[in-house]
Amino acid sequence: MNDVVLRGVEIAYESEVVVSGLDLSVSSGEWLALIGPNGAGKTSILRAIARLVAYSGEIRIGTQAVADMSGRELARRVAMVMQEPHMPEGMSVSQYVLLGRSPHLAYFGKEGRGDQRVVADILERLALGRLAARRLDHLSGGERQRAAIARALAQQAPVLLVDEPTSSLDVGRQQEVLELIDGLRAEQGLTVIAAMHDLTLAGQYAHRLALLVAGKLVAVGSPAEVLTEPAIADHYGAQVRVLQLNGAGRAVIPIRGHAAAAVENQLP
Amino acid sequence: MQILARFSRPVGDAPEALLQGLPRLPWLWAGAGAVALLGAMVLGVLVGPVHIGLGTVVQVLVAPIPLFGGMSSADPGQASILWSLRIPRVVLGAVVGAMLATAGAAYQGAFRNPLADPYLLGAAAGANLGATLAIAFAPGTSVIGVNVVPLAGFIGAAAAVAGAYALGRTVTGLRNTTGLILAGVAIAAFFNAIQTYIQQSQTNSIRQVYSWILGRLVTAGWDGVLLVLPYVVVSVAVILLHRRLLDALSVGDEEVTSLGISARRVRLIVVIAATLGTAAVVAIAGTIAFVGIIVPHTVRLLVGRSYRVVIPLSLLFGATFLVLADTVARTLAAPAELPIGVITALVGAPFFIVVMRSTRAAAL
Repeated sequence: MNDVVLRGVEIAYESEVVVSGLDLSVSSGEWLALIGPNGAGKTSILRAIARLVAYSGEIRIGTQAVADMSGRELARRVAMVMQEPHMPEGMSVSQYVLLGRSPHLAYFGKEGRGDQRVVADILERLALGRLAARRLDHLSGGERQRAAIARALAQQAPVLLVDEPTSSLDVGRQQEVLELIDGLRAEQGLTVIAAMHDLTLAGQYAHRLALLVAGKLVAVGSPAEVLTEPAIADHYGAQVRVLQLNGAGRAVIPIRGHAAAAVENQLP
Repeated sequence: MQILARFSRPVGDAPEALLQGLPRLPWLWAGAGAVALLGAMVLGVLVGPVHIGLGTVVQVLVAPIPLFGGMSSADPGQASILWSLRIPRVVLGAVVGAMLATAGAAYQGAFRNPLADPYLLGAAAGANLGATLAIAFAPGTSVIGVNVVPLAGFIGAAAAVAGAYALGRTVTGLRNTTGLILAGVAIAAFFNAIQTYIQQSQTNSIRQVYSWILGRLVTAGWDGVLLVLPYVVVSVAVILLHRRLLDALSVGDEEVTSLGISARRVRLIVVIAATLGTAAVVAIAGTIAFVGIIVPHTVRLLVGRSYRVVIPLSLLFGATFLVLADTVARTLAAPAELPIGVITALVGAPFFIVVMRSTRAAAL
């Protein structure tokens, strides 16, 4: 119903192709992490699903092609949390989160009591109730990230795209944000597609990982299938140890010592 | 601000206040604005070379109302001065000021640029060129009863902004506002060059051109008011309807797109509306500078940045500011009149500096 399907997707900026021949499906309620070295095309894929960048090929949500939806319709199906959301100075948390109701309003429409209720509930749920009247520029990094997630949740879209949700957070805040997203996913059946560079976090929270290298999908599967020491050495040029955690979960520990090239030579 | 906080109701018990921190029109400021506007208009009507008392003004104002009609004993000469000179001039001042300040706030929101104003995309340069051409080559001509100078000013302003938009579109595809602003700067420079050339080569009309450029609210009767009013009403209404969307634009084009709002469409509609209104008032009153910048910024510094608040209050305070500036312009060197643009800058700049210094710089 709210599964996301990409078929033969190609994304190019000017003439430079950043993603090509991408086939990927994400089921309703699943958490898929897009992983890969810098410049692999993770963010571009999220942007294409949210139709923020031109693409060729097909992207569908349920049975409907993203290309055929109106902007508002798409925003009611897909919400995106940017890596560095722009937080207008002086705007209050509640006003910012209320912007998430935009897809449910007519062009000249005004937020009603129902919209305020949705936002009030979300703020409570994300422990932001106390900060409702606070200015965005007075929030800490973790609070800002929660505010951005709150705005996306206010869209009440079944598909949540998250770009590097933990990049600027300390380890406690990282865990808090990911637990929150996972809780909401389980509770509301959200389909989560997240670009993640922290392989240990990706290996523990995501059901499946899609490993991209230079715009091509090189592996997709469970953390156990994708996060292998040779694959990481191959594609990231990093020497690591992969530990098994909580059954299917994987933790990736970088090991100091050999240069990437040396590691590559030792591989069978 | 402390006093204001005491007057506003606690958020918890307002029926609509489910959420704290949402922008609301501060009624105390709105009321203060309305009172200030009324006071400025009364002052503007009272001040003039012929002394007319407040009693006479009231009598003349209520005379058209059937109930009070019989009671008027005002001198017909004074009544005529009021109805055909002072009242239309004050009303025109209010309309022009409201339009320029509202359009300024709208441009700042649409371009997410605090320095944007209605003249940014070449509206002033276009109006100046159009009016200069009309004054220099077709003085005193009229088309279907309308003086050709404001008509040429209107066409010039609209043409310059349309040109800037078309140029910005071909260069950057309107992906960002910088291309559009640069196109406006280029068009304005080009139009200014032509205008200056014509102004210098047609020395017999130079004084008239110069006075037009600095702005004035001279009007014979209600013609000017009636001419601009339809444009101003439509323009202001469209801008007011976009308050929420202008707030939404502040998160940036990409994020607002992900919320299902077309930044490009909002910007286009707001810019067209603000430009049409500006072109209309500039055509009648000349290019009065600074109102579109200082009024919205003063409002922002005093009551916050949400366009839901900034736009309606800019409208009120813009009208007040220009009525006062015009009153000063025609009394300071009476019987001569100073160009109103000189007053708006002369009074506006120091006032703005005081406001800036007395509020936190961070609020900018």
